[in-house]
Amino acid sequence: MFLTTIASLHIGELGYISEESFHEIPLKLLEMGCLPGAEVELIQIAPLNDPLYICVNGSHLAIRKETASKIQIIKANE
Amino acid sequence: MSKKNINVALIGNPNTGKTSLFNQLTGLNQKVGNYPGVTVDKKEGNTSLTGDLKAIVTDLPGTYSINPTSADETIVLKSLLNAKHDKTPDVIVVVADVENLKRNLLLFSQVKDLEIPTVLVINMADQMERKGISVNIDVLKEEIANEVVLVSVRKGEGITEIKNAIVKSYESKKATPLCSINHKIDPAYFDRLKELVPTYPLYELWLMITQDSFPDAISEEEKQKIIDFRNDSKNLKKFQHKETIYRYQKINEILKKAYVVDRSKATDLRARLDKIFTHKIFGYVLFFGLLLLIFQSIFDWASVPMDFIDATFAKFSSFVKGQLPDGVLSDLITDGIIPGIGGVVIFIPQIAILFLFIAILEETGYMSRVVFLMDKIMRKFGMSGKSIIPLISGTACAIPAVMATRNISGWKERLVTILVTPFTTCSARLPVYAILIALVIPDEKVFGFISLQGLSLLSMYILGFVTAIIAAMILHKTLKVKSTSFFVVEMPDYKLPSPKNVFFEVLEKTKAFVIDAGKIILAISIVLWFLASNGPESYKNAEQNVIELAENQQLSQEDLDQKIASAKLENSYIGIMGKTIEPAIEPLGYDWKIGIALITSFAAREVFVGTLATIYSVESDDDDTSTIKERMAAEVNPETGKARFNFPVGMSLLVFYAFAMQCMATLAIVKRETKSWKWPLIQLFGMGLLAYVSSFIVFQILS
Repeated sequence: MFLTTIASLHIGELGYISEESFHEIPLKLLEMGCLPGAEVELIQIAPLNDPLYICVNGSHLAIRKETASKIQIIKANE
Repeated sequence: MSKKNINVALIGNPNTGKTSLFNQLTGLNQKVGNYPGVTVDKKEGNTSLTGDLKAIVTDLPGTYSINPTSADETIVLKSLLNAKHDKTPDVIVVVADVENLKRNLLLFSQVKDLEIPTVLVINMADQMERKGISVNIDVLKEEIANEVVLVSVRKGEGITEIKNAIVKSYESKKATPLCSINHKIDPAYFDRLKELVPTYPLYELWLMITQDSFPDAISEEEKQKIIDFRNDSKNLKKFQHKETIYRYQKINEILKKAYVVDRSKATDLRARLDKIFTHKIFGYVLFFGLLLLIFQSIFDWASVPMDFIDATFAKFSSFVKGQLPDGVLSDLITDGIIPGIGGVVIFIPQIAILFLFIAILEETGYMSRVVFLMDKIMRKFGMSGKSIIPLISGTACAIPAVMATRNISGWKERLVTILVTPFTTCSARLPVYAILIALVIPDEKVFGFISLQGLSLLSMYILGFVTAIIAAMILHKTLKVKSTSFFVVEMPDYKLPSPKNVFFEVLEKTKAFVIDAGKIILAISIVLWFLASNGPESYKNAEQNVIELAENQQLSQEDLDQKIASAKLENSYIGIMGKTIEPAIEPLGYDWKIGIALITSFAAREVFVGTLATIYSVESDDDDTSTIKERMAAEVNPETGKARFNFPVGMSLLVFYAFAMQCMATLAIVKRETKSWKWPLIQLFGMGLLAYVSSFIVFQILS
């Protein structure tokens, strides 16, 4: 288990949003389901490597890399 | 006994079928007040609830939360804050999608805490089996202490149940909060807030604090109290985060008892389609292919009805001419008003087809994928992926396009999009381009099959897009506007478009364009006609002067009449205006008559053709039925003795119309959307300068 951000996930990989740093998550994303403890899956990366298409808590969202790098997640070791 | 009207507001996340429900409830009894002069941003319609109760239904913009991050979400906050005191709305209907019920209930919990009677509509019940979802409505009703209806709006199932629930909710006036936010975050702080202005629900006070937005009905004293309290508050952001997490905890507890998903039953069409539509290469190929198809269809499909409309108006005009006695009124109607209205009506097929495509792309969920694909590229030009929708809509009309920028959350990204949208080739430029191209570009084929005229028209479209992009890049580098851009787009499930929704969308956008442009053109035709047939002292003497001058010459009656008409026009008010600006536009290759058309075109571009038609027909007193194109081709430049509309003049005019900001309606809408005269004025003068300089260069090089 180690700490990283959504921005460093590869397509198809999963992680869990960290409980500690939830106040770093923009309110809007929190409201759309990016809650501490929730499972995040990276579904697709747009051409030019930005934005990212994720699925979290049943919501399918596109967010920019800049935002994604602010959301800490816990990822299982390979 | 007369029926009683209550106000019902529809609110919900985007893509929940909220607009479908609105269309089901109101049908054709709906209207939008969206245009200059009318400052209402809301879609409204009527429906009958029971025998003696009717409802005025408002469709609020889709939102995920009452805390706004974009202009359209602010509308939701404003209308809800006014709720308790303005008596609008009496009942709020929260529309939720059964698949994303958890996230949808967040918005519901916020609405509920405003203590307004509420109905929860859970839509898309027909999808439950396919997605392995089951909901226990009775348990849910009890847990949230609220009216709940499970429906499938698309299939028309459950509309009566919704109406009954609205009536029940209205009559019981039951409105208890769902989440007591105070206990979970900071009880002492919230207790103090509650005591401050006890007449408002706690959550409403909390919204006034966090959003700095107040109900219209609040007294200055109460408002000041809240502002002072806000200034003493710390950790507002932290509290908001805690509030949201608390709400989700509460929702999870409720759903544990009433909502089950069996993931193994879910099929995954979405994943398969996304693999194609968001593919790094095929994604773009598909998108640009689709764009080509759309523009191709606009020209192909629209040409038949457009020719029909053109012919009908010409026939109608000559029919009326035959019925009315000769005179100025007859001229006004047959040369000004009827062709003027025809000039608007002729755009309907093109605009409708374009909006049809846009509506279908949005309904299917494909547009979100385009936003996803284009965001990084658009950001390089200071815009957002969401700017792609306004830029495409702009090819129909800039007015709805500017309004479509409302969901762009970053102010700078939105402003840049608004400022450059008028560069895209809107349909009002089309008749101007069409007639100029027909006049100065030979009707020949390149490589034997590509029409040179068609190619020229395509070049004008490309010129518009490229200019928009370059202008955006310059604005991006030079505009010093403080803005935090925040980008999140939901990627909705793919679905077949609902014909009813598409129909209403196309109807609404087309109707708004026709009425708006129609009003301006009608007014301009009348004013223009008046200015062309009246004038100061010199106008009244014009006829006498010509006759005296012509006495020694051997002129036929026809030539004399022609000369008189010319002198009259030259000395009329509009002629004097054209003459005044002539020195300024001469370097561009224009004479005072074209100058008149330029002046009137500042109201709306499409007036150009009509103005020249009016001028040349006022001038020629005969009843010939030659078309406007023939009249323009016959117009002679007295200095050279050759055709007025030669190649350099035509090209110069094309460039002028591509760049100049000639649309009062767009300026008005930009003023409204940016809440300042600064930006429309920058557009007017910036684009005007660009147009002038470019046309000057084009004309000087070519001639």
